[in-house]
Amino acid sequence: MRQPIVCATMAEAVADVPDDITLLVPGFGPGMPFNLLTALFEQGAKGLTTVSNGVGGAPATDGRKGVGDFVAAGRVKKVIAAFTAPTHPSQGSVVVDMVRAGTLEAELVPQGTLAERVRAGGAGIPAFYTPASVGTLLAEGKEHREFDGETYVMERAIFAEYAFVRAWKADTAGNLVFRMAARNFNPVFAMGAEHVIVEVEQPIVPAGEIPPDQVHTPGIYIERLVQIPPDGYFTSGRMPATSAAPERGSR
Amino acid sequence: MTAAQRRLTRELIAATIARRLEHGWLVNLGVGMPTLVSSYVHPEQDLTFTSENGVIGYAGLAHDGEMDQDIVNAGVQPVTLHPGAAIVHHADSFALVRRGMNDVTVLGAYEVATDGSFANWRTSREPFDQLGGIGGAMDLAARCKQVWIAMDHTTREGSPRLLERCTLPVTAPKGVTLVVTDVAVIAVRDGRFVLEEHAPGFTAEEIQSMTGAPLEVSQTLREIQI
Repeated sequence: MRQPIVCATMAEAVADVPDDITLLVPGFGPGMPFNLLTALFEQGAKGLTTVSNGVGGAPATDGRKGVGDFVAAGRVKKVIAAFTAPTHPSQGSVVVDMVRAGTLEAELVPQGTLAERVRAGGAGIPAFYTPASVGTLLAEGKEHREFDGETYVMERAIFAEYAFVRAWKADTAGNLVFRMAARNFNPVFAMGAEHVIVEVEQPIVPAGEIPPDQVHTPGIYIERLVQIPPDGYFTSGRMPATSAAPERGSR
Repeated sequence: MTAAQRRLTRELIAATIARRLEHGWLVNLGVGMPTLVSSYVHPEQDLTFTSENGVIGYAGLAHDGEMDQDIVNAGVQPVTLHPGAAIVHHADSFALVRRGMNDVTVLGAYEVATDGSFANWRTSREPFDQLGGIGGAMDLAARCKQVWIAMDHTTREGSPRLLERCTLPVTAPKGVTLVVTDVAVIAVRDGRFVLEEHAPGFTAEEIQSMTGAPLEVSQTLREIQI
């Protein structure tokens, strides 16, 4: 069977990721590929178009990099997200400042539409109609169409050059299993890009060890796998260490 | 001498909403005050809570010692799961929303108008510059059977948030059926606000003076149970 490349380090996994790509970044609290993003930050990639739920807040104190760090470093050309500004205006935002200054492009997308645009892209569907955003500023200028007496807006699919994915378990065939709500956008984004690189929490097991009917994302979509090292970012970074889940190795 | 006025805390607003959820409903809770609701329901209500991130069947906020960083609600707060819970990916999570499976979504808002429109994603009235925080609100508002809003009755400066017409860009042009604030429970029905419950010590006249549209007073107006 076709096998993905198992990389020894995060740096190796992202070494040849080019500039000016569209990059899918899953995560909703948990499930963010922080290790790959941190390696890419060090690699220097720029001119990125990112697709993610939000664009992050203040820089993390533990050195991990998120989409917001790439934006702040001027290495993002455009953000496509369901949150391009903080929910409260009193919270400052580098994205807001840069968009107003004209140094960053933004595209605000309803969260369900965002997920569906990438799913459609990964499913070979170029566009679809959704009721979300009809009658709002977001639907202005988009094609509208009536079906069965209700108005819908057309949304285009997204298919990216790269996706970074965060999995709980993987086998050497690239089959992935996600844990709890760390799944979120991960399986959708894993199908929505030409090149998919996966950081894995648990030790990568031999092909065959994950039962076929328990695979969330089949390995045929996966180009590279890399084990998160013991000193890597295992938590979502959103919760105090004392209340974090038990050690990953114990589950 | 009137009875002492008592505004509802965030927790009391959540508890007031929780009491109104009907038996067996499938309920989506948005970020902020709404995510508190799942901590105030009774098991006999037999409710199922869904979250934008694909968690179906979660319970209240997790306490220290039972927190799992991978089990979170729409506000990325750790929650616990009921037996029988299931987790799907983000596209499927919104598939069930768009199909119209949720009986209600409870969301926060800046403004609500008598036509059932509401605004909760952008605080600027300037021309649209692609900046804002929508999250899943537009998807939810488009298809949940009802939209309930939890918010403060007025802005910090005392301006009304319940209006004849939203002044901020709307999240959806219709859909709100109930608003629970720190001083009132108001139904939105046939293009009108109907005052159904008041916070302790607040008269209908006082609540009207804090509201930017005419309030019809329900014949069964009662004090919010605290």
